[in-house]
Parts: sequence; structure tokens; C-alpha cells
Amino acid sequence: MDKPKKATFARAAARALADTQLRDNLRFATQSLRQKRLAVFDDPEATEALREIGSRIKARGLTRLPRLLEQLEARCQKNGIMVHWAETTEEANRIVLSIMEAHGARKVVKGKSMVSEEMHFNAFMKDHGKEALETDLGEFIIQLNNEPPSHIIVPAIHKNRKQIGKIFADKIPGTDYTEDTDILLATARRILREHYRTADIGLSGVNFAVAETGTLCLVENEGNGRMCTTVPPVHVALMGLEKVVETLDEVPPLYRLLCGSATGQRITTYFNMIKGPRQKGEKDGPKEVHLVILDNGRSRMLADPQLRQVLQCIRCGTCLNHCPVYTRIGGHAYNSTYPGPIGEILMPQLEGLDTKGELVFASSLCNACSEVCPVKIPIPELIRRMRNESYLKRGKGVIPGHGFKRNAVERVVWKGWRYSQTIPMLNWAMLKTLAIAGRILPNVGPLKAWTRVRTKPVFAKESLKQLTRQEGIRHE
Amino acid sequence: MSRPSARTQILSRLYKNAGAIAPYTPEAAHWSPPALSPAKRINRFVELMEAVRSEVYRVKGNAWVDALRKLLQTRELATLAYGKKTWCGDLLEKSWAAKPHPTNLIPWTQDIEEFRDELFGISAGITTTMGGIAEAAAMILWPTPEEPRLLSLVPPVHIALVKASEIYTSFPEALKKLDWAKKAPTNSLLISGPSKTADIELILQFGVHGPTDLIVFLIE
Ligand code: SF4
Repeated sequence: MDKPKKATFARAAARALADTQLRDNLRFATQSLRQKRLAVFDDPEATEALREIGSRIKARGLTRLPRLLEQLEARCQKNGIMVHWAETTEEANRIVLSIMEAHGARKVVKGKSMVSEEMHFNAFMKDHGKEALETDLGEFIIQLNNEPPSHIIVPAIHKNRKQIGKIFADKIPGTDYTEDTDILLATARRILREHYRTADIGLSGVNFAVAETGTLCLVENEGNGRMCTTVPPVHVALMGLEKVVETLDEVPPLYRLLCGSATGQRITTYFNMIKGPRQKGEKDGPKEVHLVILDNGRSRMLADPQLRQVLQCIRCGTCLNHCPVYTRIGGHAYNSTYPGPIGEILMPQLEGLDTKGELVFASSLCNACSEVCPVKIPIPELIRRMRNESYLKRGKGVIPGHGFKRNAVERVVWKGWRYSQTIPMLNWAMLKTLAIAGRILPNVGPLKAWTRVRTKPVFAKESLKQLTRQEGIRHE
Repeated sequence: MSRPSARTQILSRLYKNAGAIAPYTPEAAHWSPPALSPAKRINRFVELMEAVRSEVYRVKGNAWVDALRKLLQTRELATLAYGKKTWCGDLLEKSWAAKPHPTNLIPWTQDIEEFRDELFGISAGITTTMGGIAEAAAMILWPTPEEPRLLSLVPPVHIALVKASEIYTSFPEALKKLDWAKKAPTNSLLISGPSKTADIELILQFGVHGPTDLIVFLIE
């Protein structure tokens, strides 16, 4: 669970940086994901045009979000899908639990769903005596090892095959250690197929929900999503309410953007479009389909024209792969459901700046993320905005928990700085003092931390202003 | 099960906030990759399908039946599930009746509840398709009561029949030509290859949950 802890990021990041195995695994994986993406988006002009389309579809969708959701609900109901609304993750968990209880269900097989991570679904089910099984291979591996995912697309990106071989040998009875990926795969296949056959409920996420037709679209390579949504007698789909699009025509460009950005594919192995439960005469498919629409703060985020852009996100994960911070420390250091750049702009909005605010400082603002984001979210601008909100007076900001960094000392220092820049006498005095005292500043406190990996700056005897006055400006 | 008030509260917040003054967003342009000639479409389809380890055999007319018989024999596939009362099923039954074959033909006639355990033990499944798309190669499947959803998923080998005349340039074109929004069944899908994963060290591996092999007969 994400517990509100403060100042843990710096420590976790330092620990991750020192883990050479982790660094190797991450460097290799994120680099190849970046290269693969480039191979699909090899024509910069066409890519730009496609990103513009994606961005507009999602941005316009947000301006008409409530209408689209009502339309989606009506269409789904007409198709025989039962629609549920949840304001909080707790409520969403309870809804799924009550569906399970109505069917006397014990075991749920899960396709990959970030919303279920947001809900801490597995822990909730465990507490209520139900078995929730991850079936995506990456998720399966880390569930065995009791870890949260460290990437939103490649959950076990931080592990290499030796580590995975060891997890299998330790956690699956009767399994010997092996580094042979074919054997690892065969083991997982054997176990999971048995679970599909015997599960009571299948759970999935939703990549796009089409309002016009009431279609739930699912993007995947493994086939576990199809298994979970087709084999068990009941299918429950979870979606964040921003996942709705207006028409079926809007799906292909978004789908291309998602595949290309996430894994560098032109198309995934399966694109699954679900329009309802088994109809009369059909021989398979779930007899019941439920759709849970989760808010969890999203409707609040919509109120701010800048901050709402986070709701355009299609969860492709490419901002993670391009982030100079994420690629060195991986996902666990962020201690949050969504790591990396998207996590920095989403988590504090979901859980409050006072609990997740330190994430917005985990960025160098290099802009790499927004250059690749398929829906053109200006991530660094949002980060800057959130940093500002961290210092605003209570009641002046819009993000819950804003102003958590506001403190008297900094306020005084900045006030002093302002006077030193606006009152000539003070400015002169400050420069003089720094020229002398700056050299003998003791290496303590923040300066000590700063100089641990950098050389201490030396103040010049004369200020730039004085120098220009004396020497004039050459090459004017 | 969900509180009615949850819906009301979410929607009223959304109605209040959605209109918040955001910069005007123009409508998105329609995305449609440039159309390809029929010959180019077919070539690209074959090339891209093979690139992700699907096996594609180009055959004329009903020649796929004999090609399939050979293939089943060399791979020693014990059982083949199919749908009755489809053009594919009819041809198979005729051929098997005319000449015996070591592979057992198993029609899917019952509901999954009765058929599930048997299905999980079958070696191969064969389905027809609604055609394919060339630009990012995939087959279009609209499962039917005769050819249910799991026929293309559970057996480790999936054999699919694609008519060359039904290969469209792109997904947007297929959506339009097939009138997908109106006509698609409860479950429709694109399949571009055998089931795969890259979750271990990004190594591409096939057959993680669904079919390990995808065999396509492209009928010209
Ligand atoms: S913010 Fe953009 S790049 Fe990052 S996951 Fe979302 S869509 Fe992808």
C-alpha cells in the first residue's frame, strides 16, 4: 500500500542508484524500448500529425466527458452490460466484491489493469478471503514475489531472467532453478491455463470505451486478457472515467499511438472489442459483463484547464522510458502506483500534494517526456505548476494538500532576496558581504549536501554589474 | 450494487467542471493511412504477418483443404476443432468423409460449460475470418455461434482462413467497409500473430497463454 510517508523518495532513489544490477536491467530495457518506438515512429512529420490527432481526440473528449459517459452507460446497458459508478477506490473494490459474493465466487483471474493497482485490488481481495491472480506474465512474476509493478507496461522490467528463475524456483513448488526462458514460460503457461479453466470471475482493464457503440476495447499481446474476459462465466471491466472516447473512428489512431509508444509495435497481437455478454445461441463468452467506472478524484481534476490534461493520458509508459530519472532508478523508488513522469503529475492529484508532493521534485524538467507523449501532455509545465502549488498559501491552490512546502524560513529568505534586488543600497551591501563572507561560508546544512557531489561555488570579488561598468560591453 | 448517489455525484461534478474554460480544441483530423493497391495489400499482409512468426500459405480456391491435411499429418496434430455449418466446416467434413485422416475432426456443438474441459485438451482450432488489414497486418475475427470466441484462443495451434479479396488497407478502412459500428457482434477482434510476451528481459517469446502457432491460409 502507498502510505503517506515523507522524504522517502530521496532515500529510495539513492538506494536504487547504488544497485548496479537494477541499473543494468533498467538501462538495457528502457533503451531497447526507446529504439523500438523510434522504429515505428520513423517519420517525424507523420508522427507529429498522429500525435496531434491523439491529443485533440482526448482533449475534446474531456470537454464533453459527462455526456460521453452517459452515452456510454446507456449503450452498454442496451448491450446487456451492467454499469456501476464508484467515487472512491474503496467503493470500486466493494462493488467487485459484491459481484463476487452474488456468484459465490472465490477466485478471480486478472488481466493487466492499472486501475486495479490504483485500487490495491489484490490486497483488498486477500483481506476478504478471495484469491486474485495476476495472469499477465510480468504481473504474475512480481505477484509471486509479492512486489508491486515497477513499470506500467512492463511490470517486471527491473528483473533479469536469473532473478526470475530464482523467484520461480522459490515460490512455485516442484520447480527447479533455470535461466531458460522457454522453460519459465512453459511453467507459467501450465499454471495459468489451469486457473483460466477454473476461475469464477475474470477481471480486466479498459483501454478505450466507445460511447457511440458501448464497446470496451482491450489492447494486449499475451492473450491473457482474452482468456480472462472470455473463459470465466462473469467478466468485470474496470475503467477510469477518462477512458471514454466518442466514436469507433477515434479508436484506430489512439490504438496506433498506444502500441507504438508502449512497445514499439505497429499493432499488438490482440485487439479485443467487447460489446456485451453472451447472446442467445452463442456458445461461449461470459454470461454477465459488468463495467465499473471509477472517479477517484478525476472529476475534480477536470476543474482546472491546465491540470486536467493529465486525464488525456493513455498509459503508454513511454514517458517512463525516456525519463533520465526513471531510467536510472526504476519504478519502486517512487513508492506510488504510477511512477515516472506520469506518476509525478497524477499521484499528487490523486492522493494530495501533502502525501505525494515530493514526486513533483523528482524531475529535471528536461522535457524529454512531453516530446514523446503520444497525446502531447506538457508534463514539465504541469510539474512546474504543481511545484508552485506546493508553496501556495492554504486555500489559494486547487490541488488537495497544496502549500505543504510553505515555510517561514524560505519566505523570509525570498523576501530578503526581493529587497536586495529592488533597493540599490541593499543590493550593494549584499554583494560586498557575499564577496567577502561567501568565501568563508562553513560547509554545513544544505551547502554540505550540495557540495557532496559538486564543488563549492566561489563568489567573484566584483559583481557583473561592476565589471560591465568598468570594461563596457564588447562586440555590442 | 453501486450507490445511485455515486453516479449523481460524479456526473454533477463532471457537468460542473467539464465546461471549465479550456483553450479551444479543434476537432481532430481523420486518420487514414494512404490506400494501397490490391496486390500491394496482399504482399504487405503476408510480409508483416510472417514477420511476427505467423505462417502464411498462399493457396488457390479450395486447395487449402489438401494443404491442411498434409500439414496436420506432418505435425501430428491429434485433434482439430471446427465450427459446423460454415463454408469451412462443410469442406472439412466432405474431405474427411471422402478420405480418412489420422487427425480427429471435432465439431464445437455444445455450450462452453459442457465443452470447456475437452476444448482445453484439443490440439488445433480452425476458423474463418472477416478478412485482414495490410498496413499493420492483422486478421479480423467476428466470432459467431458456429465459430465461438475461444476457438481461436484456447487450442495451441490456430488455423485461420483469409480471403485475399477481403484484405483492407488499414483498420480505419475496415471499420468503414464492414460497417463495424453497426454490425459487429458481441465480441470482435484483430489478431496479428501467435500469443506472445516480452516480459522477461524483453525477449520475444511465443505462446504464453493462447496459441503458440498461427497458421494462415491466404485464399486467392
Ligand atoms: S503521460 Fe503521455 S507518455 Fe506518459 S504514460 Fe501517459 S500518454 Fe504515455
